[in-house]
Amino acid sequence: MKREDDYRQRRSTVKNLTDEQLDHKFWGLTDQVVNPLFELARGHTSPSIERSVLLRMGFSSLEAKQIVLNCGKYGLLGKGAGHVVLRFAQKRNLPYREAGLILAEGREWDQAAALFEKEGPS
Amino acid sequence: MKLTPEQKLSPEEILKDLDRYRPRRKGWTWRRSIKDDDAKIGPFEYRQAAEPLKKSIPLPAAKSFGGIDPHPGCVVTSEIASGRFEDDLRRMRMVAWHGADHLMVIRTAGQSHFDGLIEGTPEGVGGVPISRKQIRATRKALDLIEDEVGRQLNFHSYISGVAGPEIAVLFAEEGVNGAHQDPQYNVLYRNVNMYRSFVDAAVAKKLMLSANILQIDGAHNANATAREAWKVMPELLVQHAINCRYSELVGMPRENIALSTVPPTAPPAPALRIDLPYAVALRQLFKDFKMRAQMNTKYMESCTREVTVTHTLNLLLSRLTSADIQSTITPDEGRNVPWHYNSVHAVNTARQALIGLDGITDMVKLNLEGELGHKSRELKERAVLFLEEILEVGGYFAAVDQGFFVDSGFYPERNGDGIKRDPAGGVASDSIVPREEDYYAPVCHHFGYNNPPIDFGDHSSPCAPIDGCSLCRPEKIIYIDELDPEDNVEKRLEKSRQYRENTFKPEAEWAGDGIVTMTMLLPVSEDMAEYGAMDIAGRMNLEDVEVINLQKMHPAEGTLVEIKGRVGFSLDPKNITIPHKEAVLSEEEIRLAVQNRPLTIVAGTVGEDEHSVGMREILDIKHGGLEGFGIDCHYLGTSVPIEKMADAAVELDADAILISTIITHNDAHRQSMRKLNQVCREKGLRDELILVAGGTQVTNEIAQEEGLDRGFGRGTKGIDVASFLIKKKDSVEKNREN
Repeated sequence: MKREDDYRQRRSTVKNLTDEQLDHKFWGLTDQVVNPLFELARGHTSPSIERSVLLRMGFSSLEAKQIVLNCGKYGLLGKGAGHVVLRFAQKRNLPYREAGLILAEGREWDQAAALFEKEGPS
Repeated sequence: MKLTPEQKLSPEEILKDLDRYRPRRKGWTWRRSIKDDDAKIGPFEYRQAAEPLKKSIPLPAAKSFGGIDPHPGCVVTSEIASGRFEDDLRRMRMVAWHGADHLMVIRTAGQSHFDGLIEGTPEGVGGVPISRKQIRATRKALDLIEDEVGRQLNFHSYISGVAGPEIAVLFAEEGVNGAHQDPQYNVLYRNVNMYRSFVDAAVAKKLMLSANILQIDGAHNANATAREAWKVMPELLVQHAINCRYSELVGMPRENIALSTVPPTAPPAPALRIDLPYAVALRQLFKDFKMRAQMNTKYMESCTREVTVTHTLNLLLSRLTSADIQSTITPDEGRNVPWHYNSVHAVNTARQALIGLDGITDMVKLNLEGELGHKSRELKERAVLFLEEILEVGGYFAAVDQGFFVDSGFYPERNGDGIKRDPAGGVASDSIVPREEDYYAPVCHHFGYNNPPIDFGDHSSPCAPIDGCSLCRPEKIIYIDELDPEDNVEKRLEKSRQYRENTFKPEAEWAGDGIVTMTMLLPVSEDMAEYGAMDIAGRMNLEDVEVINLQKMHPAEGTLVEIKGRVGFSLDPKNITIPHKEAVLSEEEIRLAVQNRPLTIVAGTVGEDEHSVGMREILDIKHGGLEGFGIDCHYLGTSVPIEKMADAAVELDADAILISTIITHNDAHRQSMRKLNQVCREKGLRDELILVAGGTQVTNEIAQEEGLDRGFGRGTKGIDVASFLIKKKDSVEKNREN
């Protein structure tokens, strides 16, 4: 899009504001731009976010990568990858790290998915 | 392990036991400024200075001020990344000795699209692959360097790309102190999917907060990218605001959020008149946030002098407004990957200019009533109109889709050349997933919706069900050493070891790279000069020769050429002869000798030479000069004829004549020395008199070639001359007795 500089006409909405009012308007508009972005983030996750959870749980980057890949395949990212590992550990009655290593090797994912009522790779 | 100034930092030592190394602190450190009684350094009082360093190398001119080394109160950045972090560690030590306390490691090209963490220490391109091992080794080295210089050093890199949250965990675990984080950077310059960027950014920011990591945004890139960079100022205010507010919503306090701001122009534009209103508008709108004053990189050509002047103007702007962090850009960035000594030069440009401008606003005030106030107001109004239109078209994502950003029109003008990104496209598109109602992450400092199930027991802390997360229990971190048996630091160190331990070579980036530069004026046109210089370098046996700067002095009369090349040999310290340094007598020994046998000298500057400072320093009692040892000094003044010096020596029955000679045109300094020897011989005085010359271009060799007893060059102190005179007088008398 091309447009001539029409600042002189457009500024009619701001030209009578005091400096303080102008600053206030700037931040008020920024809030309106940013709030929906923040809400989007609150309610979503991503492979990197889930790997960051697994790192914090004490898995290596290589292990986290495999677990998250399979979470993606089985439609489990929305449950949380750490959650998947903990539920699977609970079911198998294993320390969570051991359970996670089984999943990192790509094994027993059907069982893990079943715990969340998900079937086979989606 | 401790560093001592005489010893090189050993990357091998740093790499030992890294699997067990833990950072000793987390979070950002500001410099401690000095005030009131503490603010006196040498003869001066400072208004904007920091606590001095324990170990440092002062600016060259400090010599004239008793060797003082004041540093500005703001943090000073050095951007370092040659591609091999093990060589960067030594450069970090060099810049820390010159006052850098923010070491910013540039990432290797391509890391922002790497979906996960890089492990090991592969070699990078234009930067370093950021990995746990690299970070841990760097932090360990910086811990040692900060003990050496006595100032805490902030380590910094980037939390961007498609692995932001994981990198944020890594940084929080390993004690990285500062990071770039701005989802808009991903979207606009790295074409990472916009939804993914913002979703990841919130998690990354919360993790940064957990370790008190200072955030720097990415808005300055619009300056470097836009076709007419000075027109994107309204948009820049908007970009800063979006990242600042987004970070605040996640919980970051304003003192952890720094705006990366760049003066948009450079000479030959009337730079300050354009840059200053922008700098003022920024500081008015973003009152409680931190300002990181970046230097301009867009207009960097290959002349390092031109770049340094632009950066000095940037520093003037920092002092006229404010800067919490002063960035530095190496003056050679327009030529090549920055070199060691240019990193030091860049830090010194900042240190020199900021200290030179210390307290300037106590005397000079910005006049906000006139043009400056009107212009900064206009920029803010244009930014408000920009925000209004973003909302009109449906919000941020829609605005990016329509090419609102990095358009070279002065908004509301639009040139239609902005960066357009498809919300459904880009790297890692379609990769975010809604968190389901039972979404759960059993870790601390996790942003966003989280619904811990009640059947996992103890919920006293977010990570209680897993008995502690890695941020609470670092022993849970899994350290991976190397994945590639060939491309790693140990292999590189094997190759460079001989140049670090046994022999040495010139070095610009990497140990043993052999790089040298040569500067020459060739009295021919540009084309001829370029190829002529290459030919000269070839005849000098330089390898991989490149012209790094070519500047017309006149179309026909001459061209300045700078070239770089590699030398194909290395030097063995065993084969280098360092001339014996004369032992200097102690002050007491000199005083005693003068008491026992008084000494008289005549001194003056000779030739058509009015430079008297050097000579006065050698003579004056207050500079530790000859008078202070009781030597009877007769200073005859400047431009003294040689004959007059000799006559005065006879009249005063002097033991020595000291001449100072600075001017070297047509070898004037040599001629004066030669004449002094001749005149004394003709008058039959030569055996009785000790003849000494001094000056910045004088060396002992030159003086002796011209028949004098001794020459003293740059850096000579009174005690050196006094010690020589005593010893010489002794040997003359002994010879006479024999």
